[in-house]
Amino acid sequence: MQATNILILILGLGLFAFYLGRGRSLAVAKPLGGIRHIHSLPSYYGAHVALWCALPSLLLLGLWMIFDDLLINSIVLKSLVAGGISTNAVGDGLLLNKVANLAEGVLPRKGEAPAMVAAADLMLRLQVISRWSLTALMLTLSLIGFGWSWSRISSTFRARPRVEKVMEKLLLTCACVAIFTTLGIVLSVLFESIQFFRSVPIDDFVFGLDWSPQTAIREDQVGSSGSFGAVPLFVGTLLISAVAMFVAVPVGLMSAIYLAEYASKTVRSYAKPALEVLAGIPTVVYGFFAALTVAPFLRDLGASFGLSVSSESALAAGGVMGVMIIPFISSLADDVITAVPQSMRDGSLAMGATKSETVRNVIIPAALPGIVGGIMLAVSRAIGETMIVVMAAGMAAKLTANPLDSVTTVTVQIVTLLTGDQEFDSPKTLAAFALGLMLFVVTLMLNIFALQIVKKYREQYD
Amino acid sequence: MNAIERASPALAAKSDAKQNLEVADNQVTVGQSFTDAPKMTMRNVNVFYDDKQAIHDVSVDISKNEVIAMIGPSGCGKSTFLRSLNRMNDTVESCRVEGEICMDGENLYAPKLDVVELRARVGMVFQKPNPFPKSIYDNVAYGPKIHGLADTRVDLDEIVENSLRKASLWEEVKERLHQSGTGLSGGQQQRLCIARAIAVSPEVILMDEPCSALDPIATAKIEELIEELSQNFTIAIVTHSMQQAARVSHRTAYFHLGRLIEVNPTEQVFTMPEHELTEAYITGRFG
Repeated sequence: MQATNILILILGLGLFAFYLGRGRSLAVAKPLGGIRHIHSLPSYYGAHVALWCALPSLLLLGLWMIFDDLLINSIVLKSLVAGGISTNAVGDGLLLNKVANLAEGVLPRKGEAPAMVAAADLMLRLQVISRWSLTALMLTLSLIGFGWSWSRISSTFRARPRVEKVMEKLLLTCACVAIFTTLGIVLSVLFESIQFFRSVPIDDFVFGLDWSPQTAIREDQVGSSGSFGAVPLFVGTLLISAVAMFVAVPVGLMSAIYLAEYASKTVRSYAKPALEVLAGIPTVVYGFFAALTVAPFLRDLGASFGLSVSSESALAAGGVMGVMIIPFISSLADDVITAVPQSMRDGSLAMGATKSETVRNVIIPAALPGIVGGIMLAVSRAIGETMIVVMAAGMAAKLTANPLDSVTTVTVQIVTLLTGDQEFDSPKTLAAFALGLMLFVVTLMLNIFALQIVKKYREQYD
Repeated sequence: MNAIERASPALAAKSDAKQNLEVADNQVTVGQSFTDAPKMTMRNVNVFYDDKQAIHDVSVDISKNEVIAMIGPSGCGKSTFLRSLNRMNDTVESCRVEGEICMDGENLYAPKLDVVELRARVGMVFQKPNPFPKSIYDNVAYGPKIHGLADTRVDLDEIVENSLRKASLWEEVKERLHQSGTGLSGGQQQRLCIARAIAVSPEVILMDEPCSALDPIATAKIEELIEELSQNFTIAIVTHSMQQAARVSHRTAYFHLGRLIEVNPTEQVFTMPEHELTEAYITGRFG
């Protein structure tokens, strides 16, 4: 049976077990004079039976899915070796792939070595055995679990704390999924980066001022080895992010202050959702808005002042990105400003402070940690943003602090390095991972830095 | 009426007790509402929250350097009335004030009146201590700074010290003026708020149940302080504690269901109240 079918079957069994367990506890309770004479509510007994019925076999399913491929592959490999087909460490994966393709009928069997065909048959057979034994095992486990917990239902059986405990573990598992995923991503990026740093020295990468990742495919081509200095990319990223924050922080913060402190209820109820519409626009739409509307406008504007503005400029990309980020800042800041206790406002107003003095001297300092948090979130967002920059800021890795020039960012380079057909052993491709790692480190440090600021300037109120 | 349900058995003795606690629409304030040299005068004040009327036709004077206590059961409108004296009710969107409230003959609700200036002249201390999340020094310096009362740092230091001394907090905090005001104890925080209020040298100080969140010792300190302050300031205090009203005030005003029932010298209110509602309240039959 397919794994998905088994899964559905087991979940169905669990549901069935729930009702049986609940029914049995009710039956136990009846002669005693009602459910208050048994230890836990009937639904807890039901849940206990259901958990015992479903959880062990689901665990088995998980383990089986991890290990059965490994087992089958090693058996098949052994048979191949026995059949006289030579394998070496590098070719194992390829060979097994070929066998799997043969087994599934993706590749024609005609003309293959008999040992390969035999291996394919063996693989097919093993897979069938694996599936059926899995089904049988899971069903047995379910039934055993069900029978055991069913038989334990009695008026004194403490089902509630047990179910609670399982619930806690379940929640813990979910929390772990997020943590392990992060860890997995970091590790995978890290290993690829280490590979990259084998061919390019790490200080060349971190401190190098020249970025041109085009490596020659053949030895005899010109252009040779390419250079991987990441500084221009990070400068570009910072430049665009700075432009974006320059637009987004004042506008976002001030609109938040208006909405939270000045706007009447009706204005607020229309303006807030309207602002949040900005957050719903896809970044690619912002991208062509920046590239087709804002950038040419800026270029023409610059021309009328006698400035030469590149038609793909950091200013256009950063400005539009800033607009995109406004709702992040305004909605987060609005929340923290509204959360400042009314007694603070009253205290300040009663001293004869005007509204804006109150905002400046009392509200903002009290809401600062939340505001900084929002801004940092927005900075991370700006650094990670790709689409607008691809379309509006260009690809040229220039080391410049002039926002009228075209620059490129880390994310854009990662995209260009990884799109299209790539070989995964050239530094050109691996550079993407190193860039990703460095970006991750930079944002992490930004976040830690922000947390420190928040801690230092936090003003306690109760 | 909730008050009646909780009334003591003594109430049952009065056969017409229920009628006694109702307020007639044409209720007039008894006692001595008006004084010869008033600092503030209120005439026919009505306060509404949307359509709901919270204050009905209140007329009373507050004379200079007096402490007037406002007592009454919860929800009787005494806090609302107090907050209309420095227009803190402006912050409530649905609130509307009718009638005349004057200070030194100047109508506080006149369109050209500057609220900022008014609130510098009529300070306020709130129920819950609400020091700003700033240092003790900055809390007190807040008002003088925004009103430009100190030209130099030395002036400001002096104002801060004087205010803290007047609030009898100086000795306790002089070593830690630059630590956060929120780190003080509840009673100290409330005295800090009083120091903050008097730092701008107001003429009138409104206190909205200033001791209701404090323990008895801190309360005693604040009451002592109110007595001292009354030499320089006019004080209107709302309180739930009748003992407190008896201890600190010169005159007492009794509010009931948004109406001002009686105003008389404190001694008289607590010994020979003129109105039976006042008597019922101070003898603890409801409240």
